[in-house]
Amino acid sequence: MATTNSRTLARLMLLPSVILLLAWMIVPLCMTLYFSFIDYNLLVPGEKEFVGFLNYEFFLTDPAFFESFFNTLYLVTGVLLITICGGIGLAILLDQAIWGRNYVRIMVLAPFFVMPTVSALVWKNMLMNPVNGLFAHFAIWLGFEPIDFFAQIPLLSIIIIVSWQWLPFAALILLTAIQSLDREQLEAADLDGAGPFSKFFYIVLPHLSRAVTAVILIETIFLLSIFAEILVTTSGGPGYSSTNITYLIYTQSLLQFDVGGGSAGGIVAVIIANIVAIFLMRLIGKNLEG
Amino acid sequence: MGSITLKQVTKNFDEVNVIKPLDLEIKDGEFIVFVGPSGCGKSTLLRMIAGLEDTTSGNIEIDGVDATKTPPAKRGLAMVFQSYALYPHMTVRNNIAFPLKRAKVSPAEIESKIANAAKILNLTDYLDRKPGQLSGGQRQRVAIGRAIVRQPSAFLFDEPLSNLDASLRVNMRLEISELHKSLATTMIYVTHDQVEAMTMADRIAVFNAGIIEQVGTPLELYKKPVNKFVAGFIGSPKMNFIDAPQNENANVSCIGIRPEHLTLSTEQGTWTGTVGVIEHLGSESFLHINIEGKGTVTVKADGDCPLKYGDSIFLSAPTDKILKFDKDGLTIR
Ligand SMILES: Nc1ncnc2c1ncn2[C@@H]1O[C@H](COP(=O)(O)OP(=O)(O)O)[C@@H](O)[C@H]1O
Ligand SMILES: [Mg+2]
Repeated sequence: MATTNSRTLARLMLLPSVILLLAWMIVPLCMTLYFSFIDYNLLVPGEKEFVGFLNYEFFLTDPAFFESFFNTLYLVTGVLLITICGGIGLAILLDQAIWGRNYVRIMVLAPFFVMPTVSALVWKNMLMNPVNGLFAHFAIWLGFEPIDFFAQIPLLSIIIIVSWQWLPFAALILLTAIQSLDREQLEAADLDGAGPFSKFFYIVLPHLSRAVTAVILIETIFLLSIFAEILVTTSGGPGYSSTNITYLIYTQSLLQFDVGGGSAGGIVAVIIANIVAIFLMRLIGKNLEG
Repeated sequence: MGSITLKQVTKNFDEVNVIKPLDLEIKDGEFIVFVGPSGCGKSTLLRMIAGLEDTTSGNIEIDGVDATKTPPAKRGLAMVFQSYALYPHMTVRNNIAFPLKRAKVSPAEIESKIANAAKILNLTDYLDRKPGQLSGGQRQRVAIGRAIVRQPSAFLFDEPLSNLDASLRVNMRLEISELHKSLATTMIYVTHDQVEAMTMADRIAVFNAGIIEQVGTPLELYKKPVNKFVAGFIGSPKMNFIDAPQNENANVSCIGIRPEHLTLSTEQGTWTGTVGVIEHLGSESFLHINIEGKGTVTVKADGDCPLKYGDSIFLSAPTDKILKFDKDGLTIR
């Protein structure tokens, strides 16, 4: 694609898909923007009048907003922390020449294929249930009081479930990154007298920085909009202690059939996501440069 | 101190034998070159000496102490890899400082050692760059710098020049030779290029399929190769091999004559041939001459050789320059 001709042609050929993608994004965004400025409740038929920023005011001044804002942050950072640290550990283990490692690798990937609702249900009913759950049995066997996960540590429980789902993704990306590390660098470090820790911190970890950045960016996009796991397990409770922004929009608006309020919440969520994205790109985006 | 002794060392990779039982004594301060075709086990042996590869059987002694099971860092050897193996996210300074920091050398001493190495290797202006911003030759120097600051008892080089272009290779060859003269440290140098071996080595070990065919000074190998393989491997252009003439002793199955020992004549000679392609190099010419019923031989002649393609010519060689080989390829004296 060197000549001016071929470049123009390439742009022309790309145009339809670019237009389609733009429309796909712009149309719903504009509609949401429009709805967020009118008083539109499905239970109240009649005139939909323009109310200015009233919907936003309701959403942002709701005390639940701040709680769920911070819950969202805890959820995202908690899961990122667990999946990155666990993912690096798992990747290093999977990189070892263990027997049958191809099968182990496929099995490690399995949780990623389980639908969020299903995995949340499995965790809720089979593992974390305070009466029948595996953890409860285990606690009793050890002579402890079983933890009622979703009542006592609701947000942490959700972090654990989501981390379980995303750990394979992180591990897999990091594993491919580890495998691309030049073995001679490690051998040179061996000769230079570096122990396992020096080798990890000075050679492996810097080599992984790019992959870690990619994992953080990709996961953050998805983790900001966690929904199914909350709906299936805690329904955002007790109180608002496990409600994130996405779930708050759902409860505040859709459960009350308030399209206007919901749209305002949606726009707020978009703005928050963009702030997070800009913040992340500033912070770690330079790692992605060649 | 840097004498290394290999005693009956062997290496198997999962049943596949790569190094056959092998003895070698490397003297302190010596520049020894391992040379041989690709895949003959030179790198493997070098890595065994470095401790990066287990020794299947036999012993490796460094300065008279058995080091067969010693971990790489404790052997006091430094290695320069073919890929340079620099740490890409560290500056040149930190690359060179890395082994010193691991050895807990004081910052002031590290600083002076880096400055010294940078001066020797012409890297002073590049200390704050990353390896990715350097040329191949500069990277090579950083790798050497990282090796010399450790003051190892021996340097191991694995084809360090094969990623450089031809003219740079000649320069680096000289620099490494000079480094050896000034440091007077043992160096083991692996290459598949016999020119590098001949120009740099105090002694050369010629490898073939996991064994050492011959060890000796460059001139010993050139003048008295023990067998056909060494005779053909050492010297450029390659030695010519011709089936033994009828009047020879029955033991002799083949004779070898170096291109520089063949003389051309328009009047008389031992063989008659037709001139084929002529390669003019200015200072000399290489003529490919087809001898009826014997095959093609290469002859080294003067730069202004007047012959043309298709000319008929006589060839001869002084008898004391002709090597004779028996049917197993061993040299007959
Ligand atoms: N890690 C390994 N596993 C199995 N075979 C190997 C390994 N490393 C080298 N070999 C084999 O050992 C032989 C010698 O290799 P090497 O020492 O790299 O040759 P070279 O003389 O070109 O440096 C080759 O046939 C190669 O295929
Ligand atoms: Mg090699």
